Amino acid sequence: MSIDLSGLASYGVFLLTLAAIYGVVSLALNVQWGMTGLFNIGIAGFYAIGAYCAAIVTTPPSPSHLGGLGLPFGAGLMVAMAVSGLVAFFVGLLTLKLREDYLAIATIGISEIIRLVLKNEDWIGNGVRGIAGIARPLSANPLVYLAVVLLVLAATYFAVERARKSPWGRVLRALRENELGAQAAGKNIYRFRMEAFVLGSMIMGLGGALYAHFIGFVSPEAFEPVFATFLVWVMLIAGGSGNNKGAVLGAFVIWVVWSGTELLTNQLPADYVTQGSALRVLLIGVLLQVILLRRPEGLLPEERPHVGASPASSAEAEDEA
Amino acid sequence: MDVTDLLQLAIYGVVLGSILTLGAIGVSLLFGILRFSNFAHGDIMTLGAYAAFAVVSTLHAPVWLALPVGMIAGALVSVAADQLVYRRLRRTQPVILLISSFGMALIIRSLVQLVWGPQDRSFVKGIDMPMHFGDLMVSPQQLWILGGTIVIVIAVHLFLTRTRMGKAMRAMSDNMDLARVTGIDAEKVIVWTWALGGALAAAAGVFLALDTRLTPMMGWSALLPIFAAAILGGFGKPYGAIVGGMIIGVASEMSTAVLPPAYKPATAFAVMVIMLVVKPNGLLGARR
Repeated sequence: MSIDLSGLASYGVFLLTLAAIYGVVSLALNVQWGMTGLFNIGIAGFYAIGAYCAAIVTTPPSPSHLGGLGLPFGAGLMVAMAVSGLVAFFVGLLTLKLREDYLAIATIGISEIIRLVLKNEDWIGNGVRGIAGIARPLSANPLVYLAVVLLVLAATYFAVERARKSPWGRVLRALRENELGAQAAGKNIYRFRMEAFVLGSMIMGLGGALYAHFIGFVSPEAFEPVFATFLVWVMLIAGGSGNNKGAVLGAFVIWVVWSGTELLTNQLPADYVTQGSALRVLLIGVLLQVILLRRPEGLLPEERPHVGASPASSAEAEDEA
Repeated sequence: MDVTDLLQLAIYGVVLGSILTLGAIGVSLLFGILRFSNFAHGDIMTLGAYAAFAVVSTLHAPVWLALPVGMIAGALVSVAADQLVYRRLRRTQPVILLISSFGMALIIRSLVQLVWGPQDRSFVKGIDMPMHFGDLMVSPQQLWILGGTIVIVIAVHLFLTRTRMGKAMRAMSDNMDLARVTGIDAEKVIVWTWALGGALAAAAGVFLALDTRLTPMMGWSALLPIFAAAILGGFGKPYGAIVGGMIIGVASEMSTAVLPPAYKPATAFAVMVIMLVVKPNGLLGARR
């Protein structure tokens, strides 16, 4: 019985750590989609950049891949965010002035190219063999790492929530709701979009770095690009797009549902077990359609400001202008 | 790498271009009328290919007979997806439709995998000897693909220019409000557009499977070059899709002369990005 309990506990820690990492990525998508209306379906690409940067910066020197700089955990996170942000900047430069569909298609293209490059250019990340031996910070104990991840999640939440409530966040919402209106109010739409896109992508890179240190191994196929991206979208929409609490809640709920479907498909007869992943994707795809049809605002809908603002808040708005 | 090799690559490019063209016409038509990029289009291709494969493998019918069955399956599933889900989401922003179609893509792909399994399949058993024209080689399948595409494109052209429904589609694509005022039944046109787009996607899927193999991922992998072709031709312009498909197809195959073949999708993407920067409305597009 005690063995069962400790097994259960370690599974719980595993589940919570991944849910918290997804929470970080879901917050990142909320900055881009929830707050600004930017449609990024290349999440897996930025996630992969973050994971590889963490691997290259923190592992000891190795001839089989780039670097092995042997720097500490924190340096890996910084580089992961910086490189993801830089790539996002160039993607934004090309696409943010265009229609939203084009951004969607461009982000898919970028994440596909990132995967192709990582797979074919052996000198960067050892090709399909990937990079192993990425250590956890402080201690190998999964509980310690869970604490680290929860700390990063909390920090990200407070930073993003603060950004949302700031004048900057209000401009993002304004241009999401009414682009021409925001432009007429003298806001440089392109600049605000770029800032939101780069910030969101940096946080996605951060999520990727956390993942690399947790699993200890990165490879081009480790990310299942389509599922990772899709799952984050389901998380944000289920939780409540535009609401940061919702983004985190959605990540935990959907991750538990997603992991639960695995327990379900493991009950299938042996002949069908290989088909389990297809069945799980089918279930989550149907879940998304049901949410979109029945509760498009999510579990925790976005808090809308009251119409007819009080004199105090309108004076505040004038101060910012 | 001499002239013959380049010509050979150009031939492969035209074959790939035919497949992309059929996919891109559907994407373009749907965009013109519903104003959203259908991310399930690639997986409708996969579904059409597998439906045709079912006919070939169970009834031992020839592929050209199975093609219409695949096209009907593609049309039916597209219309069903519209009636069950998209129709109810149409009043929201087009981007919600886009997310929904992304989920639909995964639903269709997992269904295909559940029914037919994850392994590769093939229409043709063994290897058909390619035909030689001087130093150039063309396989019989590739000739079928070219011929089939020409027939289908002419049929689509006649449909769009000679029939009431085709004209209504073009009218709605040009100006939705004006079309409604003239008494066009918008709902009916939308259903027909889904049917036509789904059938064309399925045909593209059958041809792609004929040229390569059937896998559950085949359509999704083709989606990026198809979007590239549709953007190149100008979204919402079915005739532009033909030009776009050919350019992307030939460029992708020609790129293998200098780059590893693994980067073919990257070439399509690069051409698309250059296009977006230089002429965002597409080669044949002037509006918007």
